[in-house]
Amino acid sequence: MSAAEARGVGESHRGGWIVRLTVLLIVLIWLIPTAGVLITSFRPEALVDSSGWWTALAHPFDAAGWTIENYRLALDTGGFENAFLNSLAVAIPSTVIPITIAAFAAYAFSWMEFRGRYLLFVAVVGLLVVPLQMALIPILRLYTSGATLFGLKLFPDLDLVGTFLGVWLAHTAFGLPLATYLLRNYIGSLPSSIIESAKIDGADHFTIFWRLVVPLSVPALAAFAIFQFLWVWNDLLVAYVFLGGTKEVQVLTLALANLVGARGENWHLLTAAAFISMSLPLAVFFSLQKYFVRGLTAGAVKG
Amino acid sequence: MSSSGGKPSAGAGVLAESPQAGGHAGWAFLLRAVGALAIPVVAFTLLWVSFDFLRDEDANRILVVGVALVVGVGGVFFLYWAMNRVVDLLPERYREGVRPYVFVGPLLVILSVFLVYPVINTLLISFKDARGESFVGLENFKFVFTDDSMLRSIRNTAGWIVIVPLFGVSIGLAFATLADRLRRGEAVAKSLIFLPMAISFAGASITFRLIYSFRPEGFGSNIGLLNGIMVGLGQQPVPWLAQQPWNNLFLMVIMVWMQTGFAMVVLSAAIKSIPDEIIEAARIDGASEMQVFRRIVIPTILPTIVVVTTYMVINALKVFDIVFVIGSAEANGTEVIAERMIRWFFISAHDGRGAAIAIVLFVAIIPVMIWNMRRFREQEATR
Repeated sequence: MSAAEARGVGESHRGGWIVRLTVLLIVLIWLIPTAGVLITSFRPEALVDSSGWWTALAHPFDAAGWTIENYRLALDTGGFENAFLNSLAVAIPSTVIPITIAAFAAYAFSWMEFRGRYLLFVAVVGLLVVPLQMALIPILRLYTSGATLFGLKLFPDLDLVGTFLGVWLAHTAFGLPLATYLLRNYIGSLPSSIIESAKIDGADHFTIFWRLVVPLSVPALAAFAIFQFLWVWNDLLVAYVFLGGTKEVQVLTLALANLVGARGENWHLLTAAAFISMSLPLAVFFSLQKYFVRGLTAGAVKG
Repeated sequence: MSSSGGKPSAGAGVLAESPQAGGHAGWAFLLRAVGALAIPVVAFTLLWVSFDFLRDEDANRILVVGVALVVGVGGVFFLYWAMNRVVDLLPERYREGVRPYVFVGPLLVILSVFLVYPVINTLLISFKDARGESFVGLENFKFVFTDDSMLRSIRNTAGWIVIVPLFGVSIGLAFATLADRLRRGEAVAKSLIFLPMAISFAGASITFRLIYSFRPEGFGSNIGLLNGIMVGLGQQPVPWLAQQPWNNLFLMVIMVWMQTGFAMVVLSAAIKSIPDEIIEAARIDGASEMQVFRRIVIPTILPTIVVVTTYMVINALKVFDIVFVIGSAEANGTEVIAERMIRWFFISAHDGRGAAIAIVLFVAIIPVMIWNMRRFREQEATR
């Protein structure tokens, strides 16, 4: 990486062949299952079921052993463009909203004094354990009919089912505990001297947060952004329950699930579909990779 | 959680008493106050109009997506900014008391509605019968701790929450450290470990059928890699997923495979945020790479290791998809608590038992939370 080279330090600590070999070994082990999927997705249906995917590697230049028919079939079913747009409209706000809310809260939990902050923070982290499936039905009831207790309207009937807002809010809520937890850990570990000196210079909390803490927290923000995006992108349940399954609003995972469901559990289609839906998350990961650069906080602390 | 709602509004009543300073300053204050109050009102109206637009099903898809992005992304930040402006207008002695609640308020409101409310709901149902109608006392909890399948699921889950985080975090940390030292190809190597994260849980289970798949002799050739190897070595194919109790380990491998990428990315970000100066200084002082790792890297990123471990413990506690999609958990003895919960809640339609299992899950996390709270205080004391 160019950033690492730019540091211009001695090369003695650089990995030798042992490091490279270990990395290579782990990567190879990790790749085996994915390789299975990738190879299967390019094999004709008949072969997939009659011989192991690794046998294709024995004669890689046998044209009869390969096909792109699976991908063509998966994409030809139609409605994919729309589903792709819907997935984007669900995934991007569902990633950015929890990050914003969690970053503000994490800052408050780390650097502001208020009653009950320990307890509130632990309660927030404790909510990590709430199984998503357990929350779906109560939330759905809230969306459709609000909540009343002893005749008192506690939660208005917002009719959020089938709206993007409904899905965003649900994804936001499910992502918030982890986001708050990760970001508080990172923001709380920033050196207090930075915050203190900004305060002495007369900056208020909002300015410190926006001008100082957010730029310093880019690696943590980027890391969480990736997870949340992946989780939302791969989610089927939440989108299906809150947005619905019609052709207009269906997300990519649902379109793929319908495709596979309509044709039975077909390995060749399933694997091709898996790779289609993986392509965007991987692109996101590669593009955010550059934010994981050493030394973002370096130089910010004097002495 | 109740403190979130009350505090900010308490400040609003104070607005009225201030303009008595009179004359010019008073008018200026009034104008500012009106201006500041108008900001959130306009913001809310704008958001509401756009939500109505998003609800309109006939609208052009691309336009809807565009508006969704602007509203979802810009709207939230604008809301915080506006609330912060309102706080600035409060008399000085209230300002800093109210501001923290502006920062954490939205978090608390959303979590109360979407997570706390369902938890309370579940707690109530856990004392009720199958249809959630009449109270049955502790009957459901008695079931949780006496049923054979439930007891097995508790034993198995105990295994999951130890083994998965142990391997996931160790391999993730080792890989993050080693990849950091690569001259070239760090991004590629990390991306390949991260790759499984891009697959959904259900997808991963299907992926691993290409590894574990078993067909007895005479029922076609084995398309699972492990049995392919067994046959290649002249052995009988093995029904891997029916080998008790090892099949639990085979399922855990799937989760380790998926989650190591998470541990690796977060730990890598932490390692990279260690200031260069510290590490270089240690090297100049003659520390070996192992010493740098043990004495500097590990202590510095310890909070992150705790976070990652906690997250993986909780995820292992919640594991459901892997076991569920692989199937026949009861026959194979691979039940886990969350999978039992889903089964009783959605398939056997016994709300009370499902809810009781969920509550047990929830209680199981308390020790982890206490450990975290202690770390949280330590961190504040030392920074």
